[in-house]
Amino acid sequence: MSTKFKIDTHMRWRLLKDYLTRQMVALGGSGVIVAIILIFIYLVYVVLPLFSSAEIEKVAEYSFSVEQGDTLFLGMEEQAEIAIRVTTQAKVQFLNTLNGEIIKQIDLPLPSKTTVTSFATGTPASRILAVGLSNGRAMVFKHNYRVAFPDNKRVITPSIEYPLGETAIRVDSAQAALEKLAIQVGEDSAVLIGVTSDQRIMMTNLEKEESMVDDDANWQEKLNSRIAHPHNDVSYILLDKDMRNLYLANQSGELSFYDLSDKEEPSLVQHLFLLGGKNQLASLEFLTGDISLLVGDTNGTISQWFPVKDEQGRRVLRHIRNFNDFSRSVKAIRTEQGRKGFIAIDESGRVGIFHSTAHRTLLTKRISDNGLFYAAIAPRANAMLLQDAQHFYFYKIKNEHPEVSWTSLWGKVWYESYPEPDYIWQSSSASNDFEPKLSLIPISFGTIKAAFYAMLFAIPLAVMGAMFTAQFMSSGIRQIVKPSIEIMEALPTVILGFLAGLWLAPFIELHLPGLFSLLLIMPAGLLLVAYLYHRLPARIQHMVPDGWEAVLLIPVVLALGYFCFGISPFLEQTFFGGDMPLWLRNELGISYDQRNSLVVGLAMGFAVIPTIFSIAEDAIFAVPKHLIQGSLALGATTWQTMIRVVLLTASPGIFSAVMIGMGRAVGETMIVLMATGNTPVMDFSFFEGMRTLSANIAVEMPESEVDSTHYRVLFLAALVLFGFTFIVNTMAEIVRQHLRKRYSSL
Amino acid sequence: MSDLKQWFKSGQPWIWLNAGAVSVSLIMVVGLVLLIAVRGLAYFWPADVLEADYIYNDNSAIHVIGEIADTEEVPVARIQDSGRPIKTDEKFITRYLLKTGNRDVYGSDFRILLKDFLQNKKYPENLIVIERREWGNFYGYLKTVKENNEVIAEGEAAAKEINVRVERVLNIFNELREIQTNEIGEINYALERLRLKQRSLELNNDNDPQKKADIVEEQNTWNNKYSLLQKRMGELFKDISRDSLVVEAMNGEQIEFSMEKVVRVYYPNAMSVFSKTGFYFEKLWEFVSDEPREANTEGGIFPAIFGTVMMVILMAILVTPFGVVAAVYLREYARQGIVIRIIRIAVNNLAGVPSIVYGVFGLGFFVYFLGGNIDALFFPESAPAPVFGTPGILWSSLTLALLTLPVVIVATEEGLSRIPRSIREGSLALGATKAETLWRTVLPMASPAMMTGLILAVARAAGEVAPLMLVGVVKLAPSLPLDGNFPFLHMDRKFMHLGFHIYDVGFQSPNVEAARPLVYATSLLLIVVIVLLNLMAIAIRNRLRERYRALES
Repeated sequence: MSTKFKIDTHMRWRLLKDYLTRQMVALGGSGVIVAIILIFIYLVYVVLPLFSSAEIEKVAEYSFSVEQGDTLFLGMEEQAEIAIRVTTQAKVQFLNTLNGEIIKQIDLPLPSKTTVTSFATGTPASRILAVGLSNGRAMVFKHNYRVAFPDNKRVITPSIEYPLGETAIRVDSAQAALEKLAIQVGEDSAVLIGVTSDQRIMMTNLEKEESMVDDDANWQEKLNSRIAHPHNDVSYILLDKDMRNLYLANQSGELSFYDLSDKEEPSLVQHLFLLGGKNQLASLEFLTGDISLLVGDTNGTISQWFPVKDEQGRRVLRHIRNFNDFSRSVKAIRTEQGRKGFIAIDESGRVGIFHSTAHRTLLTKRISDNGLFYAAIAPRANAMLLQDAQHFYFYKIKNEHPEVSWTSLWGKVWYESYPEPDYIWQSSSASNDFEPKLSLIPISFGTIKAAFYAMLFAIPLAVMGAMFTAQFMSSGIRQIVKPSIEIMEALPTVILGFLAGLWLAPFIELHLPGLFSLLLIMPAGLLLVAYLYHRLPARIQHMVPDGWEAVLLIPVVLALGYFCFGISPFLEQTFFGGDMPLWLRNELGISYDQRNSLVVGLAMGFAVIPTIFSIAEDAIFAVPKHLIQGSLALGATTWQTMIRVVLLTASPGIFSAVMIGMGRAVGETMIVLMATGNTPVMDFSFFEGMRTLSANIAVEMPESEVDSTHYRVLFLAALVLFGFTFIVNTMAEIVRQHLRKRYSSL
Repeated sequence: MSDLKQWFKSGQPWIWLNAGAVSVSLIMVVGLVLLIAVRGLAYFWPADVLEADYIYNDNSAIHVIGEIADTEEVPVARIQDSGRPIKTDEKFITRYLLKTGNRDVYGSDFRILLKDFLQNKKYPENLIVIERREWGNFYGYLKTVKENNEVIAEGEAAAKEINVRVERVLNIFNELREIQTNEIGEINYALERLRLKQRSLELNNDNDPQKKADIVEEQNTWNNKYSLLQKRMGELFKDISRDSLVVEAMNGEQIEFSMEKVVRVYYPNAMSVFSKTGFYFEKLWEFVSDEPREANTEGGIFPAIFGTVMMVILMAILVTPFGVVAAVYLREYARQGIVIRIIRIAVNNLAGVPSIVYGVFGLGFFVYFLGGNIDALFFPESAPAPVFGTPGILWSSLTLALLTLPVVIVATEEGLSRIPRSIREGSLALGATKAETLWRTVLPMASPAMMTGLILAVARAAGEVAPLMLVGVVKLAPSLPLDGNFPFLHMDRKFMHLGFHIYDVGFQSPNVEAARPLVYATSLLLIVVIVLLNLMAIAIRNRLRERYRALES
């Protein structure tokens, strides 16, 4: 009884163990597989937000009193907690954005008996505002916010400052009312330009003078002059932040572009029509950076224009792109401060969120049935305040990655200040209003270029080597040769990259003619030696066993190589004036980088030779022997058998070897990182470098901010690499499995 | 002629060309290894130091002293183009790269000189080479040895005196380093832990005065220890800067520097081959066992070796169980069908996915996502400084484990598939359960295959750099990931790595020319390790095959 019981428990214990093992292994195994799939999922998960549209969410809606006058300006501070409204009655109101409560109201200290006749803003980041007055003067002020943290709670106190002094600044000495106004205040100079009621364009240029006595800076008028403008219907006036470009436009879209580099003598650069047909101009704004103009018309079209150098080297305004999402008059355009995006509102009460570089409309939505009049966007572009006849609408905006679209990644984009649309990768710069150029084309091109040159070098050597090793080499030598070439595969690529960059690149620069002569002399020399060997008496030939050709050729190759590099200086002296890179530059106009595609091709080719060699050799070696023997028995020479039988049968295997080798070349990082200059140029030249997807990731990833657009675009680059190599390898694998099946049936 | 035609028709030439391809490939492999070996090994050899006069165009001459670092043949015309008239019938002229050292005096370490313009060449035996902790080597003549600014010995006597004194300084230096890295490191570590403890009490609103007092008390003990050590260090610092020496550089300038900067002095021209060999091995040992100096361009690479080994061991611990379990699942348990076939292809292909992609994944998923969450959950007290939410050795090993997983899976699967069915069936027929069959017969038989997979994985991981650049490697880590402070193994620390060392010193260092031999030596070390690992894998694989061949027959 007891023994039976014992056996029973023992048996049960064994079965339990068996069961547990099965479960554990299944769990572990599928866990590993899930982990592998996770890589792909995670990459996609990080990349996806790039392509999502903007979302807005209404936070509050409140009415306001119109007693203090109409709105001239709406703005918000950094945290979007406080909004500012400037009215026609010279009141500055600070509102709580969440409920519309007026926190503070300030009356601008206007001179007596004057009224506000016009309004202007400096760049949004400077927070400079100005009102033009009925006596030909302008009042310049700035809205400022002090942030304090009493009791760990953020308290923002708004205030108004007068950077140019509290007295109104004279723009028109004839004291006519200023109907339009533009202002820019820089570090130590300021420019105000006004259009008077009798349609004169008056410019005042102020300069800062540091006072010796106290810290207060003193602004002095340096120039007050009239700009001769032949038209008398100016209704829009824009001055850029560098105070160099002035744009004057009328209702029908006629625009004059003045160069103010020389303030004494403004010159007309261009006069053109922004609109076609009967459209009227409805709004005109600068995009961040003050290079591009955004033009909104009464038909609802928003177009972007910026100055481009033409053939004569003059800057002329060119039409770049249109946004046709509105069908009613564009009431206002407000631009983001950190990105090239903007929001616009139209007469029918719709708001739209756009991005210029990506040419992307991220959202359009009807907010009010009564039409919208004014809009403000928060400096961080995460909130907006809209106003219709009676109400304010406060919205939160979620719009993380507007700068990416299919065209901005893969298409030609016309970037600001570039002469034409182009593919450019330039992800970051020191300046704040920089336009990120995120085209993946140049780096994808670089990847393909590097892989192409590597394959150009590797395929012939590896496949020919594999053919010989598998079919002609004696088995004793094969057992040494194959592993030693395969060990090459394990060589860390960082070492290859280091040698390529610091040894090979200067070596090639010095021995360029030698390298090219090697391409000719090596095959010719080998053939010559082979022929001479063939002419040797049979007695000597028989002394060397079959399949030793490769060994015999080693000294020959060494000698030929030595010869080629030895005569290199003579060749260089005789044909290329002593310096081939210089000769290339001067005679052929080919620029020569020391770390170029040639170096990468050689180094990376070296890295993929073992991969291709090993797989191709296996495929050729596995060709069933009876096929070969049959062919030989029918009288074919060994070479005919090789080409027509062996190679044909093994071709799928060789194909898959090449594919896998290419996959490796495409993803290789360290070699390209070290052996090229890493400049993202689009040029197929042998003698220039490139930047590849992988090197780009290695260079830029550590510096990119988590979850920023740049970070996600780099993930996209990784995903592209992953996808590409995965597809290539899968194809190769399927071909290989197919081949294996076919062999087994033969 | 017809013979030639016949010969071409026979296809023989093409076969020869193919043979040529093999020869070229072989020469490239061997040549590459030889190139690295020669340059890497030559680095440690104390070369003779040349003294000569170098004549310029205008017949002015300068006096040079230094080692010949490189020699090359340059076309005369190129030199003439650059404005140097040369009267010679030769087409080529020898150009030396002379390592003159003394960066503090001349600004650069190297000079490019034409052989023909060197005169009065000699190799005087009393030329001294001084390896220093900063400004690179010094080449010149020893004049006097001073103690507390008083001359102790001059000329011949100085040469005898200096060896004793250098030894003394080195002893003090080692003691100082011991104090600085170990003892003070321990104190800093303990103080930091106390600070975190305090912060965590604050975060938990734990106002127990007893706990606070304990912390303060402990802090005081450590601070006391610290002030004691500081006193001791002050004495040592005074001691170490007691001696100084006056040397004459090649331009005749007399320089005095403190002995504490000296690492080693020797007279290469006076050394016999035997003593040079001894010196060679001493330098070699220093290279593998010492810490780097002068922004990694001098000294040893011990932290990089340690970091690499450490990371690889961690990786092996992570990858082996998972790889083996996955392989066993795929081969022994899963139902063989289309799904498993697809998975198998996918696993195979993962081996071909670029390593940088794993790096990107590691950075995003492990470091920022996992690490960030771990920090938020377990280390709120160290915020805003990240603990695991920043690249480190744990994430590096995990990333590389993922990278090498396919290697282990594929190798293990191959091993499993080679075990004849009859063995499994025999075991099952004798009444063993599947788990027992697996554990007692299949796995032991497949163990060499697993070993192969593991070795290949280790070899791959040891040479991989690109992903590590994103997930944890640094050019100079202040402390090793393993030390005497609890919990001894610091998985959150950053580490140094041989491969990255090569990249960093070769491409990012300010003095590439001087650092190059060291990079060759590092490369050689890495290659030797990796080739040995691979040879081991091949040997095991071959033995394995032999074993089954016996079983099958």
